[in-house]
Amino acid sequence: MRLATFQGGVHPFEGKELTQDKPIRTYEPQGDLIFPLSQHIGAPASAVVKKNDTVLMGQVIAEAGGFVSANIVSSVSGKVKAVEPRLTVSGMKVPAIVIENDGNYTPVEGLGQKRDYTKMSKQEIIDAVKAAGIVGLGGAGFPTHVKLMPKDPDAIDYIIVNGAECEPYLTSDHRQMIECPEEIVKGLKVVLQLFDHAKGVIAVEENKPDGIRNLQKLVEAEPRIEVVPLKTKYPQGGERNIIYAVTGRQINSTKLPADAGCIVDNVSTIIAIYHAVCENTPILTRVFTVTGDGVNDPGNFRVRIGTMISEIAEAAGGLKDTTKKLISGGPMMGMAMATTEVPVVKTSSALTCFTQDQVELLQETACIRCGRCVQVCPSNIVPTMMLEAARRQDLAEFVTLHGMECMECGSCTYICPARRPMTQAFKQMRQAVMAERRKQKK
Amino acid sequence: MVTSILITALVVGAVGLIIGFLLVTAGEKFKVQVDEREAAVRAELPGNNCGGCGYPGCDGLAAAIVKGDAPTNACPVGGAVVGAKISAIMGVASEDLGKRVAFVRCSGDCNSAVSDCKYIGIQDCRAAAVVPGKGAKRCINGCRGYGSCITVCKFDAIHVENGVAVVNPLNCVGCGKCVQACPNGLITLIPEHTAYMVACSSQEKGKAVKESCSAGCIGCTLCTKQCEYGAISMNGNVSVIDPDKCQACGKCAEKCPVKVIRKR
Repeated sequence: MRLATFQGGVHPFEGKELTQDKPIRTYEPQGDLIFPLSQHIGAPASAVVKKNDTVLMGQVIAEAGGFVSANIVSSVSGKVKAVEPRLTVSGMKVPAIVIENDGNYTPVEGLGQKRDYTKMSKQEIIDAVKAAGIVGLGGAGFPTHVKLMPKDPDAIDYIIVNGAECEPYLTSDHRQMIECPEEIVKGLKVVLQLFDHAKGVIAVEENKPDGIRNLQKLVEAEPRIEVVPLKTKYPQGGERNIIYAVTGRQINSTKLPADAGCIVDNVSTIIAIYHAVCENTPILTRVFTVTGDGVNDPGNFRVRIGTMISEIAEAAGGLKDTTKKLISGGPMMGMAMATTEVPVVKTSSALTCFTQDQVELLQETACIRCGRCVQVCPSNIVPTMMLEAARRQDLAEFVTLHGMECMECGSCTYICPARRPMTQAFKQMRQAVMAERRKQKK
Repeated sequence: MVTSILITALVVGAVGLIIGFLLVTAGEKFKVQVDEREAAVRAELPGNNCGGCGYPGCDGLAAAIVKGDAPTNACPVGGAVVGAKISAIMGVASEDLGKRVAFVRCSGDCNSAVSDCKYIGIQDCRAAAVVPGKGAKRCINGCRGYGSCITVCKFDAIHVENGVAVVNPLNCVGCGKCVQACPNGLITLIPEHTAYMVACSSQEKGKAVKESCSAGCIGCTLCTKQCEYGAISMNGNVSVIDPDKCQACGKCAEKCPVKVIRKR
């Protein structure tokens, strides 16, 4: 049978064997925890605690600062040490709440209380998701409760659980499919409760056969849920690509998945929804992969949000002296980082460490007009021409070439035989165009 | 024979007359209103189409001046002389702002700015600004040193020396292209005669500045207390000198513990 997929894409080295067979280890933080107020797309949350306040595990410490925003919850109990700008993965200092962990993990009242989602109203479910501060845990960080409230809920006919995990080296979603597949199915059933006409699809790349088997066994008795194996290809997990692979519907940057009748949520997000709705537990932990040849004992860790990445690196046997490159996330879409002294936020998925900087060895040469970037582009645009526009900082031309359809997946840069750094240029141009549009709106 | 020649001549003549008439009417009807002043202004402009004013060449600027979109002294190359002539054409008072030059509010060169990592990527500050940490230097407010300003400068007036951009005031015409290009907004236009400037714009607190750069303003406010003319004020954690009030006594530069106030 031909597997569901999209047009374009690349096949980078996967490197998943480093961590995919190792069970998730739980790591409890030693030092202070840092909660940046902006861990999601949209308006930053506003702090509701001040210095020297005592907080409990599961307590809301910052409230959503707008419609597209999310609560931030303390993952430990302890004392607020400071509310001040702290360095994050973005390389910027952003306002953050620093909490001194008392090690008791005293929960707030009602934390962990079992609830039956079938007896809850739709609004109650959405409110539970909203209160739990759930955002897209795959990396984009879009507040989930906003996604669950489309204009026309009846028009939604697909709820897609994104289990592609196409990013090389990352295995946190895969491990969760092996260790707690029933939570994924239950989480999906909670979401299906909200949409009467929808069908649940768990889409998984076929390089995770054990995960697919586990899930298929669980959904045998579920008429509304189906497991769809996807072809292993990067960026299969891109929102637009997975929608196309599963439903054959195409959307562009001006449309939302809901316009195509779809809601896409990552595996971790779906599990978080299950915990929030059925167990009254907000987002306290996440699974974090520490991997690459630069770390002594790679593995997956269940860590509390706010834990310093340097601590987790130590828990993974520490970094090798020869480690040269650190990436937050995977090698394709991740961000290079200069220091591990930054906290895990809701959207942090991995720390990837390499003893060699592959990019450093590459020498950029002139475009040879081979067209490979055009071939692999999942958005069907022309990266080589867009780069020329970027070189001239020609925003109008960039928009004409549909540059805003670029999802910054990096396939073009990966495939380019002339080693041209396209993705970085597109990222800058897209930001410049968006800044220009904001200016004109004012 | 003669008749056919006559007929031909008549027909061609008639057609010529009709077309001529149509052209004259069309010319009258669709006449483009050309402001005489535009041609006059254009004649005063230098005509090297450098684009330094931000308009597409001298024709573009002339049109903008006549329309009232641009000030009469908008040509950075012509300066006050051309500005005065254009003001005369436009019938407005000539405004002489004096020559303005660009100034980079950062002095964190390779010796003073601490660097945690190596930046491998597009050698352009605007592209570097989208990566975490904005490049190699620890101070994210400072000059990235990848030369976006050099790319846009038409007058060879700005160069990156030892990791920090430096303006050559002799070549600078104050067009402001580099001001727009700098992603950190470090470059400002100042009057040419300005004697002292604070070569830092880091809004970090003193301790963080010290950790990232030995040439950064630590916000100690000593200079504001030194100045007898009230020319120095604090903008957050960095001091700013008002060139109009500065009397060039140099006391602030003497007192500055990190020597970030520089004589130009």
